Amino acid sequence: MNPFARKKQLLSALKDIKDDNNPVTCKGCGEKYGERELRENMYVCPVCGRHYRVSAPYRIKTTVDKGTFKEICRSITSGDPLDFPGYGEKLSEARKKTGLREAVICGTGRIDGIKAVLCFMDSRFFMGSMGSAVGEKITRCFEYAARKKLPAVVFATSGGARMQEGILSLMQMAKTSAAVSAHGEKGLLFISVMTDPTTGGVTASFASLGDIILAEPGALIGFAGPRVIEQTIGQELPEGFQRAEYLLEHGQIDAVVDRRELKKTLGDILRLHGKPERRKSS
Amino acid sequence: MISAAERVLMARAPERPVASDYIENILDGFIPLAGDRLHGEDKSILAGIGSLDGIPVTVIGQLKGRTIEENIERRFGMASPEGYRKAQRLMKQAEKFHRPVITFVDTPGAYPGIEAEAGGQGEAIARSIALMSRLKTPCISVFIGEGGSGGALALAAGDRIIMLENSIFSILSPEGFASILWKDSSRWEEAAETMKLTASDLKELGVCDVIVPEPAGGVTLETPKVFGKVREELIKALTELSGISPEKLVEKRYRRLRMIDRAAKRPSEEKKDM
Ligand SMILES: [Zn+2]
Repeated sequence: MNPFARKKQLLSALKDIKDDNNPVTCKGCGEKYGERELRENMYVCPVCGRHYRVSAPYRIKTTVDKGTFKEICRSITSGDPLDFPGYGEKLSEARKKTGLREAVICGTGRIDGIKAVLCFMDSRFFMGSMGSAVGEKITRCFEYAARKKLPAVVFATSGGARMQEGILSLMQMAKTSAAVSAHGEKGLLFISVMTDPTTGGVTASFASLGDIILAEPGALIGFAGPRVIEQTIGQELPEGFQRAEYLLEHGQIDAVVDRRELKKTLGDILRLHGKPERRKSS
Repeated sequence: MISAAERVLMARAPERPVASDYIENILDGFIPLAGDRLHGEDKSILAGIGSLDGIPVTVIGQLKGRTIEENIERRFGMASPEGYRKAQRLMKQAEKFHRPVITFVDTPGAYPGIEAEAGGQGEAIARSIALMSRLKTPCISVFIGEGGSGGALALAAGDRIIMLENSIFSILSPEGFASILWKDSSRWEEAAETMKLTASDLKELGVCDVIVPEPAGGVTLETPKVFGKVREELIKALTELSGISPEKLVEKRYRRLRMIDRAAKRPSEEKKDM
């Protein structure tokens, strides 16, 4: 896109945001309020606390210290190893629609002043699925973090491995897991933040390998999809099954953290893994 | 020319030998070892120690059943977290005693159930992959039938992948693939042709290293020559890998897993920005 068209688009998007305070009805509690209220509350329902899905750029804006995010690996995009009919067109469509190039944005930045390598997945792009580009970006980030002795924070949201790239998507699970392990062997911290939804091959690889695993309230997290499970066992699933709170109850994650507290929590954890601060001697 | 769909059917054929048959025919003095030491014992994973051509090895096999009873007990070769954690325990044990790890892969996928999810199926698979990818001892996987999804990869992130000619390895079953992408699982045969799941396709992609040929009609218990060929390939791979120092081995394995998609079209890069 040429810079003028882009600027125009951004301005009109901004105008939309300013003007638009449409009434919305919460899908969680049925309460009605203005969209602005929801936005000002980080897309968390002020009444019932339901966490709505947000984009990777929104996460960057609300998690990374202002002006510190530097994107890396931006130019990596997927090939089409199966020559899958329509995949190329669907990719360009997704790019146009979301303004993203792939289902993850990676970079370096500071959270509460502490530098880290940061990856933000975005479920709007092919359901956040992991193909060779996502796998390559995550892998390079962990390799970079290992080289630079930096901690890594990954916000996961994904429908799993990307079907259109077949077995090569599956192999990204091995590639990313190996890179996460190699980073960990250097004594470096990895915080995984699971957001709604984190399923399939991403749950069964890097997202589950965090030294510390946090999840947003109500996030769907699991390996198999609920429908597949229902079909296999022929019975209804229990209430709250595969939600963040259910995983917490079953010992599968460290904590469920409200989005509005997430930046602070990440900062606190990162600080505890930094070089010890000398106590001022008096 | 055998079609990919036909190979899918052969990979799943009930008369096809299962992991225990390979173990029995290839290893001497196999001693099964059970349990994950955390929670349970998964009958869909048969594991233990034995000797291959005089060398002590750890073996981990995904075990389908022959009878309905066996298949219910073994969940058609679909492992639960307990199974993957048993595999992890024995991989660590193998590393401790410098024993190579041999896995037999034969599963439609990990078990999709309530307890499996509550027990951390995703984490169990992730941890198996991560552990195997860094294990300081040779790891060789033999695909003997179906290799479905992360449930198969959990035991295949090692130094070599040997595939029987009519075994398959795929992101998902062709039925599942067709149902997700085309909303029509009856198009599974078309999916099988598209997915590049046969041994020869996977060799071309650089996922599979060695193909063990099968007799016409596929391997059965009546074709014991195949066991001999698998044994030969295992010994060959072990000989190649055993001369490498543990550090070098892990480094080489990392590069292998890292580069695996080099054989296919690379994710394109317009410019280096890192
Ligand atoms: Zn609400």
